[in-house]
Amino acid sequence: MTASASPGKRPERSAAHRFVLRGARSALLGVAIALVFSFGFDQRLTHALAYSVPISLGCWFFIDSGRLLAARWVHRGAALPRAQWPGWPWMAATIVLGTLLGYSVGRAVGGLLTGANDPGPFVGPSGHDAAMLLFALVPGLVATYYYYARERLAATEARAQAAQRQATEMQLRLLESQLEPHMLFNTLANLRVLIALDPPRAQAMLDQLIAFLRATLTASRAAQHALSTEFARLADYLALMQVRMAARLQIRLDLPDPLATLTVPPLLLQPLVENAVKHGLEPKVEGGRIEVDARREGDLLVLRVRDTGVGLGASAGEGTAFGLVQVRERLATLYGNRASFTLDAADDAEGGTLATVRLPITP
Amino acid sequence: MTACTALIAEDEPLLAAHLQAELARLWPELRVVASVTHGAAAVEQALALRPELLFLDIRMPGMTGLEAAQALVEDWPDGVAPPLMVFVTAYDEYALKAFEVAVVDYVLKPVQTERLAQTCTRLRAALAQRAAGSAGGATIDAALGQLRSLLGAPGFGAASAPKLTVIQAGVGAAIHMVPVDEVVYFEAADKYVRVITADREHLIRTSLRDLLPQLDAQRFWQVHRGTVVRADAIVTAVREESGKVTLTLRGRPEKLGVSRLYAQLFKAM
Repeated sequence: MTASASPGKRPERSAAHRFVLRGARSALLGVAIALVFSFGFDQRLTHALAYSVPISLGCWFFIDSGRLLAARWVHRGAALPRAQWPGWPWMAATIVLGTLLGYSVGRAVGGLLTGANDPGPFVGPSGHDAAMLLFALVPGLVATYYYYARERLAATEARAQAAQRQATEMQLRLLESQLEPHMLFNTLANLRVLIALDPPRAQAMLDQLIAFLRATLTASRAAQHALSTEFARLADYLALMQVRMAARLQIRLDLPDPLATLTVPPLLLQPLVENAVKHGLEPKVEGGRIEVDARREGDLLVLRVRDTGVGLGASAGEGTAFGLVQVRERLATLYGNRASFTLDAADDAEGGTLATVRLPITP
Repeated sequence: MTACTALIAEDEPLLAAHLQAELARLWPELRVVASVTHGAAAVEQALALRPELLFLDIRMPGMTGLEAAQALVEDWPDGVAPPLMVFVTAYDEYALKAFEVAVVDYVLKPVQTERLAQTCTRLRAALAQRAAGSAGGATIDAALGQLRSLLGAPGFGAASAPKLTVIQAGVGAAIHMVPVDEVVYFEAADKYVRVITADREHLIRTSLRDLLPQLDAQRFWQVHRGTVVRADAIVTAVREESGKVTLTLRGRPEKLGVSRLYAQLFKAM
């Protein structure tokens, strides 16, 4: 039983509200037991009710509050909201003690309600209190198990829903970051101009845009693609940006032939190249150069994206972090600690930023 | 109508050329006196050439179109009508729609011919109105009001961020912790901000643009694009005959000028 807010459609009830609700259900259980006794064992209904409802309520109250107290004790060091399930050993002790207390108090109340000397309907002819007590344990156990199972199911469902939501949100943000409206509309604006000015170039640009869009939309489906394909997609994207930025953007892509057939997760480098353009070169009045290259270092494939832009820290847009988090998470999921990613200031006179990805080479 | 002058500020060469070509077709008498590729050049050229119209791309390297507009309004000489401004943007994250029916117009990219024709009609009408009388007095006020609400609009630097209580300024190997309550004013200095207290000053490596959202706007007032003052460190605000407002400060001898964009902050209660 956890107190974590479940993201269902219904608004979450408060803890006190749920406590009272469980009490009401216990009272109903008491009524049902009274009905069974009254018809099955030929007792007077009012008489049976006067005992069974207080006993049920008593058992519920002591077991349920005992559970909450035990859970608070067991999880006393944990962060809030604490789990409200103390574990079965504690729970078993709570049920036995709670039933004992609840039964005694409930019987006393029943006695008061019906007249003090009446032993009550649940006491057998020879006064087998112990047997009745054992019998009283059964509803407590059943009810506890029922709530336990139900809450566990709800918690599992809530977790699954949260995970699903997170995955969807991630996908959406990925798409949003790649189909950034400024990039898209500016590209279309340039295309619109080129159509009249230079139709063959407009056509080439449209082809690059199509390839870029297709790659973006299908990137999440394919697990791996060839490094040559990765470089081709980067070239498409950079060519689009070059139409826009003209002389302000110079491009250098370097993929040695022996590495071309190695595979990488699709568009792994895309966010890094985008950051280099958006946060490195676009803010720089005179523009600069982007270099993407691949190298082999023993068993590692080293991919580098370098720009000669304004450098780290000069432009701290919100987009930066998301692209970097995404690259890190993908690497961690796919390769664990066998892959690494670093982002540093480029260490030569031209300045700018250098992003380096190291991946194990998969045969 | 006599020849009218315009300046285009757009960092993407194809789009700048296209806008100029479209304008030439829709408005043959219009003379484009300069086409620049970044915000700082737009301010410089506009101040030098004093065009009547300004087409400003919002996203440009260095200074954005909105920042350029602010700088222009602040530095524009008194007694001369400021240029009518049209913002051009690929994506309307500033909710510029509010300005569609105003002196300051906006156009979305890709720029469509019919929409640009509408803008031209609007600009012609505004210029005719200006020539007919009002001598620019009313229009500069209108432009100021619009620019003010635009600069305060969500999406333009007004994003809420956790508020700073201490400024951490590096001095050599040490970090000086300067409580914001002791700061008299902040002043932009290129890529840095000067943090001025009653007895010292520090340089911090951040831009005023990035610092501003981290300051409590109730206590720290922007009075110029390059100056933010702690309101309770101001002793007096004096309005000169020219309309210029000057501040004197508690604990500092220097006086600070308030730009016309923010002069309205200082009124008697």
